[in-house]
Amino acid sequence: MSTITQNSAPLPSSAPIVKPTAQVRSWKIPITFGGFAVLSLLLFVGLGRGQRGELSTFRLSEGRDLIQLPEVALPTFVTGVFVAIVLVLLAAASAWLVYRHRKIPILLTIVFALLFLVGFLAWAASGSTIPVPGLLIGTVTLSAPLIFGALGGVLSERAGVVNVAIEAQLLAGAFSSAVVASATGNPYLGLLAAMVAGALVSMVLAAFALKYLVDQVIVGVVLNVLVIGLTSFLYSQVLAPSANLNSPDVFPRLNIPLLSEIPIIGPVLFRQTIIVYVMYVAVALVFFGLFRTKWGLRVRAVGEHPQAADTVGINVNRTRFVAVTLGGVISGFGGAYFTLGAVGAFNKEMTNGMGFIALAAVIFGQWHPIKATLAALLFGFATNLQNVLGIIGSPVPSEFMLMLPYVVTIFAVAGFVGRSRAPAADGKPYIK
Amino acid sequence: MKLELRGITKRFGALVANNNISLTVESGEIHALLGENGAGKSTLMNVLYGLYVAEEGEILLDDRVQKFAGPGDAMNAGIGMVHQHFMLVPVFTVAENVVLGHEQTTFGGRLDLSAARAKVREISDRFGFDIDPDALIEDLPVGVQQRVEIIKALSQDAKVLVFDEPTAVLTPQETDELMTIMRQLAASGTSIVFITHKLREVRAVADRITVIRLGTVVGEASPTATNAELASLMVGRAVELTVHKNAPELRGTALSVKNLSVIDVRNQIVVNNVSFDVQAGEVLAIAGVQGNGQTELTEALLGLQQHVTGSIELDGKPLRGYSVRHILDSGVGFVPEDRTEDGLIADFNIAENLMLDRSSGAPFVKAGNLQLAFRAKFAAEKITEFDIRSQGSEMEAGRLSGGNQQKVVLARELSRDLRLFVAAQPTRGLDVGSIEFVHTRIIETRDSGIPVIVVSTELDEVVALADRIAVMYRGEIVGIVPGNTPRATLGLMMAGEHAPAAEAAL
Repeated sequence: MSTITQNSAPLPSSAPIVKPTAQVRSWKIPITFGGFAVLSLLLFVGLGRGQRGELSTFRLSEGRDLIQLPEVALPTFVTGVFVAIVLVLLAAASAWLVYRHRKIPILLTIVFALLFLVGFLAWAASGSTIPVPGLLIGTVTLSAPLIFGALGGVLSERAGVVNVAIEAQLLAGAFSSAVVASATGNPYLGLLAAMVAGALVSMVLAAFALKYLVDQVIVGVVLNVLVIGLTSFLYSQVLAPSANLNSPDVFPRLNIPLLSEIPIIGPVLFRQTIIVYVMYVAVALVFFGLFRTKWGLRVRAVGEHPQAADTVGINVNRTRFVAVTLGGVISGFGGAYFTLGAVGAFNKEMTNGMGFIALAAVIFGQWHPIKATLAALLFGFATNLQNVLGIIGSPVPSEFMLMLPYVVTIFAVAGFVGRSRAPAADGKPYIK
Repeated sequence: MKLELRGITKRFGALVANNNISLTVESGEIHALLGENGAGKSTLMNVLYGLYVAEEGEILLDDRVQKFAGPGDAMNAGIGMVHQHFMLVPVFTVAENVVLGHEQTTFGGRLDLSAARAKVREISDRFGFDIDPDALIEDLPVGVQQRVEIIKALSQDAKVLVFDEPTAVLTPQETDELMTIMRQLAASGTSIVFITHKLREVRAVADRITVIRLGTVVGEASPTATNAELASLMVGRAVELTVHKNAPELRGTALSVKNLSVIDVRNQIVVNNVSFDVQAGEVLAIAGVQGNGQTELTEALLGLQQHVTGSIELDGKPLRGYSVRHILDSGVGFVPEDRTEDGLIADFNIAENLMLDRSSGAPFVKAGNLQLAFRAKFAAEKITEFDIRSQGSEMEAGRLSGGNQQKVVLARELSRDLRLFVAAQPTRGLDVGSIEFVHTRIIETRDSGIPVIVVSTELDEVVALADRIAVMYRGEIVGIVPGNTPRATLGLMMAGEHAPAAEAAL
């Protein structure tokens, strides 16, 4: 080795390494499918709801739609039996695929989930009507704060700061938007105030996490408790005595011409408040920002390998600070939904754990803005399904239905997501 | 570009990492910076690269004094660095890593990756690297990752290129190629600083050699100096570079491994159908580049891996599938490859660390009570026996030097009644004196009739210790060859050629 020779040594190939993968059967999906198939057999067939020929009606249009779609009426029991049998077959098919070492196509999972949903809705709505547009409109509306919170979380965590304080950012946004919008009479100034409040909360998080190197989860939890305490105190001391500080104008629903008349999609997506429209833009902007710009490349770099970023002259802590603050702006904006988009007044602890569901959406969505948005929509759907079934009078006890969003969360995170990989430096302060 | 460092002093608290170091690198010169681990080489280069600010001294490029507030300034001045631990984001592509920090954008702030790809292709073609700009870093072999680091530095028009221990992760063939690249770069006018502690490489490639010990320049040498001269300069005393050992006294097969496979958490086969025997009284060295399944193989022997198939028998008794406790009680001693992570508890003192794997019963624990008097006596004995330089058995293990930490681990493992001794990377990061000590102990263990497995990525160590050498590549043993096999053959085997083919290629 003391002489340098280009001998017949094999050149190190620059081709990516493909490591051999062992064929290990994962029975997770067939077992999950099997569980749901058995559940549907028990519910739809075993309980025998609708055996006297009741119909389950699905209403596809709202009264004021230009294009009226006919209602779809399905015989409850027959639908239930049909769905249960197909689900059993699909579960068997998935088991067979795993046995033969084949991949289970994602389409199979989607079909399975949709079929179960149809069967469940038909069963629950035996003898009554499900308003499909209402169910979906509510889904988008209820998802809005979750999506804003999740986007804020994605931005912060992509930069390497764990954001447990989404709840605090939402609540701070809700409170300040209500106060400012009431005091000035201008709901747009309320939105601005919400963003400032969210940014302030995240600046505290960033300062403690980045400058003082405090454990980020602990700072997040403390911030949540702090903002809950602070807003509750101010609510009972300031807002409750003088009602004119807590009566903001609520944003009206704006119908977008033409688009809002598309059957089903129109009412769901284009008869919403300005907050929801901003949400569409925010999702696109966060995606574009993170994955298509110089800024996003740097944010992801400091979240994955801060030292590498440092050695090419990127200021790690400043980049992180900006990303976390921007995340707070987005989450805070989402907080305004509670007061300016829905209720029209601030109440104590009105975010009610939505920040934590948003955090679950971040993880379920694999720290990706669009996947996190889809995850948030799933949680929003579960929440709204519980509302709708409560109204039409479902056979399931309402207390049980209240668990639905959380059951969906657990199944979603544990069952259908594989091992999701967080940004490598997430939660780790950068010390030179 | 001519680089000059004048009187650089860098302190960390009371520790003087660099003491008044001066160094000149002429344009187009390969200047080796030789020194042991912890001598202050990397600190000096981090000062040069703007990551640290020196308390005293100045940096001159082409006779102009430079002030670096951060790596950005150093890069703009024309200094590039190929780091020991690659500064590449594993989930980014080659092009993304190369432009990071110097991105070009198009309309609307969009990242211009096509410009980045073109730049990667251009530099890659110039040096014949053959690198796909869109490959993800984590999918690339380390040798190729290093080339990406070089491209990254060159894309910033680096005129001074610092290589920090660049060969630690390479096969001998890749090392040879790297040296060719360094020659090529120097010929095109780039000044190169080559940091290493490997004498062989220094003599092969350097134009001039500066030796650093304990943060001070102790001398200059020319590449014609002998290994022994360089080593004594580096260590400060005459050093025994070879391990004295007699022919092994074989006493029959002790450990027998058959068709062993290990599957990791990502379902990848990391050890693939491996079979070998080890006789009592011999050292079997497992050679190979880091990450070819050696770690998982040793962990499987100790029962630390989850999905293991095949059989492991020690003295005719099966070990596979048993608990770590059972395996330790069967007489397996283990020196893990990362002593600070797996070998010691840094906050525990020496005495506590010495009884870590013996907390389940007598003599250290009786009726659930620690036998402190016994432990203190035991620790005092071992500190003398293994020459652990410390302030006594109450000193925290984390405050010991690397060599003394390793002596604690060795003392713990070798003081049990062993039937098999497994040492993974036993001298990684140690100074030459400690390496001598560890090697002597390993040979003594062998001579006492215990089968020994040594895993090492350092070919020098493998050749020094082994009676037989098993070379691993991508989870498989490509061949088991005698201890006196030529290095070149071993090098080819480490790149995946089977033993007969490796012989034929020479």
